[in-house]
Amino acid sequence: MNKLNILLNGIIKENPTFVLLLGMCPTLGTTTSAINGLGMGLATMFVLICSNVVISLVKKLIPDMVRIPSYIVIIATFVTVLEMLMKAYLPALYASLGLFIPLIVVNCIVLGRAEAFASKNTPFDSMFDGIGIGLGFSAALTLLGTVRELLGSGAVFGIKLYSDDYGMLAFVLAPGAFLALGYLIAIINRIKKA
Amino acid sequence: MKKLESTLLNMALVLTSVSLVAGALLGYMNQLTAEPIRIVEANTLSSGIKKVILGGAEGELTLTKVDTVLNDKGKVDFVIYSTADASGKPLGTAVQRSENGFGGPLTVLTGFDDKGTILGYEVLKHSETPGLGAKAGEWFRNKGNIIGRNPSTPLKVSKDNGDVDAITASTITSRAFLKAVNASYNHLFVERNANSGATTTKE
Repeated sequence: MNKLNILLNGIIKENPTFVLLLGMCPTLGTTTSAINGLGMGLATMFVLICSNVVISLVKKLIPDMVRIPSYIVIIATFVTVLEMLMKAYLPALYASLGLFIPLIVVNCIVLGRAEAFASKNTPFDSMFDGIGIGLGFSAALTLLGTVRELLGSGAVFGIKLYSDDYGMLAFVLAPGAFLALGYLIAIINRIKKA
Repeated sequence: MKKLESTLLNMALVLTSVSLVAGALLGYMNQLTAEPIRIVEANTLSSGIKKVILGGAEGELTLTKVDTVLNDKGKVDFVIYSTADASGKPLGTAVQRSENGFGGPLTVLTGFDDKGTILGYEVLKHSETPGLGAKAGEWFRNKGNIIGRNPSTPLKVSKDNGDVDAITASTITSRAFLKAVNASYNHLFVERNANSGATTTKE
């Protein structure tokens, strides 16, 4: 498969959020604002690229019956590394995402790509898959975060557009996340059909 | 190269070596980031003390005394930072206190003047929900303003018949926050006065 195709596949055709509907927990949980969505997307992308490359490199060395625990250990290692790096160098973002960073370990997108792609393809292709899926996830989370922040607190990327007294609180809370995501998926399906 | 067979020996070997490599890598990274993390935390603390005492205004501030109070289990109960300006005139006292919030411990630093009026506060550490409880860092300066209040009558959220606006949809976080502020006040102005002169309070 051509590299550009792998990349576009992750962003559009197999967009983890809008098409595969994977990783709904961080998608719904962290997208209270555009910047949180973007931060979470990029953090997941870092883990995806690292775990995809490493798993692809060691795929022949791991017996089939213990591949899931081995993959999870590899993924958990990268997540912990990421957590320590963010604590040290991006304390503000770490403070706002906090709890959701360790949860990347159980994000099914990461394990899903390890199973579906990295364990069958070359390390180089797997890296592109990680970048593609990561970009698709980041774009989706940023979009969802933007919509929720705009409707819920009257701002985009922290820039106030109107007073948050008129914001619809529901959009910052969980029900708004489901609603906004549902409408976004509907709109994207409509555009794709046209 | 052929894929390794799933024999018991192979599986045990692979899992052990994966864990060993992962453990070694994490240990190394921990060593690498321990120092920067410590510096970040120290900076948060010193800029936090400055903020809660001076209320955002520029000025010189020196720590004159740091007093750590342990509870009977040996855990940190309060940390008390006494401050003074360049000439040595006392500016106020910042008290650090942790309470259980919604997602875990919520550590609040509150600045008091000599009468117990709140000069400012700073949330140093929290695990609250992003977009909800995590707003505590700003909320109690704006909508649920507590700056300039005196917790001689404990501060309470409106749901508990108090007059502080709780963070929308985050009553538990708000309660924990106010609990930390009230406890800090109580410790500094009630418990300490009861056995005045003592530098470290026994709990």
